[in-house]
Amino acid sequence: MRLALTVNGQATSLDVEPRMHLIDALREKLDLTGSHVGCEHGVCGACTIRLDGVAVRGCLVLAVQAEGCDVQTVEGMAEDARFDALRAAFVAHNALQCGYCTPGMLAAAAELVEAGGTPDRAAIRAHISGNYCRCTGYQAVVDAIADVMEGAA
Amino acid sequence: MLHAVDLPNAWIGRARPRDAAARQAAGGGRFVDDLRFARMVHVAYLRSPHAHARIGAIDITAAAAMPGVVRVVRAEDLDPIMSPWTGVLAHFKGLKSAPQYPLGRGVAVFQGEPILAVVADSRAAAEDALALVQVEWDALPAVTDPEAALAGAPIHEALGDNLAFTRTAETGTDLAAAFAGAHKVVESHFSTARHTGVTLEPRGILADWNRADQRLTVHHGTQAPHMMKEIFARHLNLPEEAVRVICPDVGGSFGIKVHVYPDDMATVAIAVLLGRPVKFVADRLESFTADIHAREHRVHARMAVDAEGKILALDVDDLTAIGPYSVYPRTSAVEGNQVVNISGGWYRVPAYRAHLRVAFTNKPPTCQYRAVGHPVAVAVTEGMADLAAEAVGLDPAEFRRRNLIADDAYPTKAPSGILFEGLSHHKALARLLEIMDYDALRAQQAEARAKGRHLGIGIACFVEIANPSAAFYGVGGAPISAQDGCTVRLEPGGAVTVASSITEQGQGTEAILQQIAAEALGVDPARVRVITGDTERTPYGGGTWASRGAGIGGEACLQAARGLAANIRDLAGAVLQAAPDTLALRDGAVVDAASGAVRMTLPELGRLGYFRGDLLPPGVQPELSVTRHFQTRKFPFAFTNGCQGSLIELDPETGFITLLKHWVVEDCGTVINPLLVDEQVRGGVVQGIGGALYEECLYDADGNLLNGNMADYLVPMAGEMPDIVVAHIATPTAESALGAKGAGEAGTAGAPAAIMNALNDALRPLGARLTDMPFTPKRVLDAIRRR
Repeated sequence: MRLALTVNGQATSLDVEPRMHLIDALREKLDLTGSHVGCEHGVCGACTIRLDGVAVRGCLVLAVQAEGCDVQTVEGMAEDARFDALRAAFVAHNALQCGYCTPGMLAAAAELVEAGGTPDRAAIRAHISGNYCRCTGYQAVVDAIADVMEGAA
Repeated sequence: MLHAVDLPNAWIGRARPRDAAARQAAGGGRFVDDLRFARMVHVAYLRSPHAHARIGAIDITAAAAMPGVVRVVRAEDLDPIMSPWTGVLAHFKGLKSAPQYPLGRGVAVFQGEPILAVVADSRAAAEDALALVQVEWDALPAVTDPEAALAGAPIHEALGDNLAFTRTAETGTDLAAAFAGAHKVVESHFSTARHTGVTLEPRGILADWNRADQRLTVHHGTQAPHMMKEIFARHLNLPEEAVRVICPDVGGSFGIKVHVYPDDMATVAIAVLLGRPVKFVADRLESFTADIHAREHRVHARMAVDAEGKILALDVDDLTAIGPYSVYPRTSAVEGNQVVNISGGWYRVPAYRAHLRVAFTNKPPTCQYRAVGHPVAVAVTEGMADLAAEAVGLDPAEFRRRNLIADDAYPTKAPSGILFEGLSHHKALARLLEIMDYDALRAQQAEARAKGRHLGIGIACFVEIANPSAAFYGVGGAPISAQDGCTVRLEPGGAVTVASSITEQGQGTEAILQQIAAEALGVDPARVRVITGDTERTPYGGGTWASRGAGIGGEACLQAARGLAANIRDLAGAVLQAAPDTLALRDGAVVDAASGAVRMTLPELGRLGYFRGDLLPPGVQPELSVTRHFQTRKFPFAFTNGCQGSLIELDPETGFITLLKHWVVEDCGTVINPLLVDEQVRGGVVQGIGGALYEECLYDADGNLLNGNMADYLVPMAGEMPDIVVAHIATPTAESALGAKGAGEAGTAGAPAAIMNALNDALRPLGARLTDMPFTPKRVLDAIRRR
């Protein structure tokens, strides 16, 4: 099927099988390999991307469902000044080790940061509880997000 | 930022963010599955749906005819290419296992065992074709219980029985007499559940055989590329120089990615068969059924104490189930063997006995996973310590003070006879009680109890193996190097390139090597580039496992960088007509050591050394690359130690446990970068908490996995985890100039015991006790109802 959408600010069209997940289309058809696939059943959060500004599981959205949508992956977020502070805080706090969860974790965190306010640590923990990290103890991730939100508030 | 030693070169000990973190956060991670090559094909494996079944006729006709299918590969197709392997080591006397092939033949012995491969132009096409393969399965009775396995028919007839390995360590005074004469004897069983590593990046491998030059390049998410090169060459019957192993980014390993897996081996063999790049990346179900599992132990223990609460004797009986094979090349005897070696290891135990039985069963093979054996040994020892403390009416902290090996007693031995160089149990315990504010916490607990709330406080002391010598694996005949090498090179412009045989899986290997080289050479770490994970571009070495990267690889780097610094001073001295020992390296320049005056910048020296040999005095040959190797020799291991504290709240109505706070005191010797060590420790604690509260590979009696997905197999998530306070004691090892021991596993070693003791502290007023992990709400409620 022919599909037209905007990916990281660029109008894009591609051919996909109806059964193809959005994350596979982005990785396999557009070589946007920055997003990683962890479970393919919507639990681990590694493939979380931004679809029309909302964090979604790339493995739970069919590519054809993204027709006409605005998709932002970690590659696009890296060039989006709105997320510079978030990314810098992740680096400063060492809120990642292997980095496999990080693109998804950033997409999830970005949603909270955009919502604004100064959520407490429990609220931050709850918000990222859909994203596995097997390397850190999550504490550095919470610290990084709290840092950004306090700085922005 | 001020450093304790506020010298410009003082990079060791500084909190410094990692370059790799910035790359990963910008989407620059490159894992195996992100690599694409011309003519690359994908392989998917048909896996046994049964735990034990005869493999009958296989019909591949329909599968082979599917669009996109390149080849359907049967087990026997790989026989001319790859030889089988057996997971035994000479120093584990009596350890037995059966030969293992890349694809199973005859009888499948665990659910998930690969028996056939489909190669296609996409993974999806390969999976479509797999669904059309017809196999006549003849299901056989599966043995899933270790006691039943030891009593029943052998899984591998040629082995005679299902006892893979047994060992008894008996040391010290007469055990029976110690128990007979004791003031109190306490006794308990413990079990830890079979669980697995759940690396977020599944295992992946991309093998590329070039027929024209007869060379194999394997891009592999492994912790030990040099070992894998040796193994690929050996079992493909290739000369070692024909094989190169490259590690791209590796998405978590925790021991899972240091083993030889049939599907990985089959992928490499298929690449040779087809002469084109072949990629295999496990999906999540495959990860649950075909990654190694670990920690299926049943332990019975007894402890004898005198009236003052001094330990007189400890007797530990461990039965562990390892699946149908001992895993190559590290073997599956090591985990149980560690329980024998480690149990009671931080206490004075005059009479000690530990008995181990290792049983074959029809579940996936188990092998080394983070903190190998330690979570079991620590839970058993610390569970017994709390029971004994209660029996003699002592607070758990006081019981430990009376029994921990004195900080000035080193070198000394564990009850099992294992040698300790230098540990700090009393200092660590004192620090833990201080950061927990232990007495105030006990008061808070009593207050809460009066209000009907059930708080529990648990502490656990422990040791953790790090920096193993050749006595660990090499002595048994495995191609596993206990040494590591490092080359440090000055570039003409004053930058430094480091190539090391230890590997990076996110823990910060490259960052610490940057800091070590920067300190020795007086350059900014930002000017140090680090190369790891490539058998053709790094010196030979063991890689990253057993908390050895910093201690072994870090020391090799320090010695190489110091050697290069000496060569730089020699060259500068020859040019400047100064004695080399009057010169020092600071801030990217050769300076006068006494005054600090710059004599020559490193770019000036680099250009002289590399481009202007004509200006050098006769006979001066610049040596601006230095390689050094390091391994430990005096002690078989550089043990680390520490203690952990846990505060939990139990809801006796629902069985839910809320983790309120967790504390860790860790002595990993010299800390190279506290930013990395602290979160590494926290990550370890969280994995330990997973084993204590959530993680279990659930099997039915027929050997079917019941929870092979992330929704049903629970791991710790951010919402359930507490804040974790980390403090350090530093007892550097004297075996190296660096003094680092290793920090990767201690969190996992101690956390389950601390949680268990906190839970039982909360259960005590309810008259209940629970020692079967994971402590699920159902088990907690059952324990309360059983009282």
